[in-house]
Amino acid sequence: MSLNVLGSLAADGGGFQTPTSAEFYQPLWFDGPFAITRPAVVLILSVGLIAWWLIASTRRAAVVPGKGQWVTEGLYGFIRNGVARDIIGSKDFLRFVPLLFSMFILILVNNLFGVIPPIQYPTMSRIGFPIALTLVVYITYHYIGIKRVGVGPYFKHLVPSGLPGWIVPVIFALEVITFFITRPLTLALRLFGNMFAGHLLLLLFITGGQYMIVNGGIGLKIAGGGSYVMAFVLTIFEILIEFLQAYIFTLLAATYIAGSLVDEH
Amino acid sequence: MRDTKNERGTIVKGNIAILGYGLSAIGPGVGIGLIFAAYINGVARQPEARGMLQSIAILGFALAEALAIFGLVLAFVFK
Repeated sequence: MSLNVLGSLAADGGGFQTPTSAEFYQPLWFDGPFAITRPAVVLILSVGLIAWWLIASTRRAAVVPGKGQWVTEGLYGFIRNGVARDIIGSKDFLRFVPLLFSMFILILVNNLFGVIPPIQYPTMSRIGFPIALTLVVYITYHYIGIKRVGVGPYFKHLVPSGLPGWIVPVIFALEVITFFITRPLTLALRLFGNMFAGHLLLLLFITGGQYMIVNGGIGLKIAGGGSYVMAFVLTIFEILIEFLQAYIFTLLAATYIAGSLVDEH
Repeated sequence: MRDTKNERGTIVKGNIAILGYGLSAIGPGVGIGLIFAAYINGVARQPEARGMLQSIAILGFALAEALAIFGLVLAFVFK
């Protein structure tokens, strides 16, 4: 029934174009591989905003913090104690706190730009940006692991000791795949997929609701209103997901770094 | 991708890869449910362990979710 209604709606007039992944490619200047796209501009904006905020809120740091300093200290303390110290351990977590904190706040601000009205573009819904962030994590945890024990022992440490000999090659292959392929792939795709899917969902409900209200009969106008209610609910949900994904990315980065630091995997 | 009408209604056109995403979402859905059920159980039994359990639960959630994300991405890749 509803398919018929929507289908007939689509058949007459222009028809509703469902949003596709092509909506996310928005070059502002130039075209092709060197195009300056909307997410690039959003990313530059976010970096400027974060730098300004962090400098402004900590320049006159007081023992009794003001509002801005309280927010910054809360976020910093959350990453320093809640992620870095708990995951990496209290011995050498401090040198990774700057990396984790800047990663968290960069992802968080860029994700939140997905729902903040004048910008409304989650930077991480273009796969290049999560790949760049993942590359930093990837190089970091391999580098510290290899620097700590050397190349040969690093690969030897991948297999836990005390296994029967015939199973060692299998485990080694699995661990190599995990360390070099699965981990960076899932790290980048998780952030990308969540931001992409969430934004596509919002796009679908908002443009679909608008189309139904403008072009539909009375029943579809009501459904269009329902679609806007869903868009509102999903926006709230999206804000939750955006916080969660920034946290998860940082948490996993810390977990991988911690894995390279311990003696036995 | 314009829908065409026949005498009985419409022919639904679309991308069957999206069905693959639906299938790939089943496993992670069950898995995430199990993870948070265990988390709730743990906190109910020992409320003071909440902070430690939370990061473990979210870590497990992130790992289980990866399969659904693969399905979503592949649904758009194989168009």
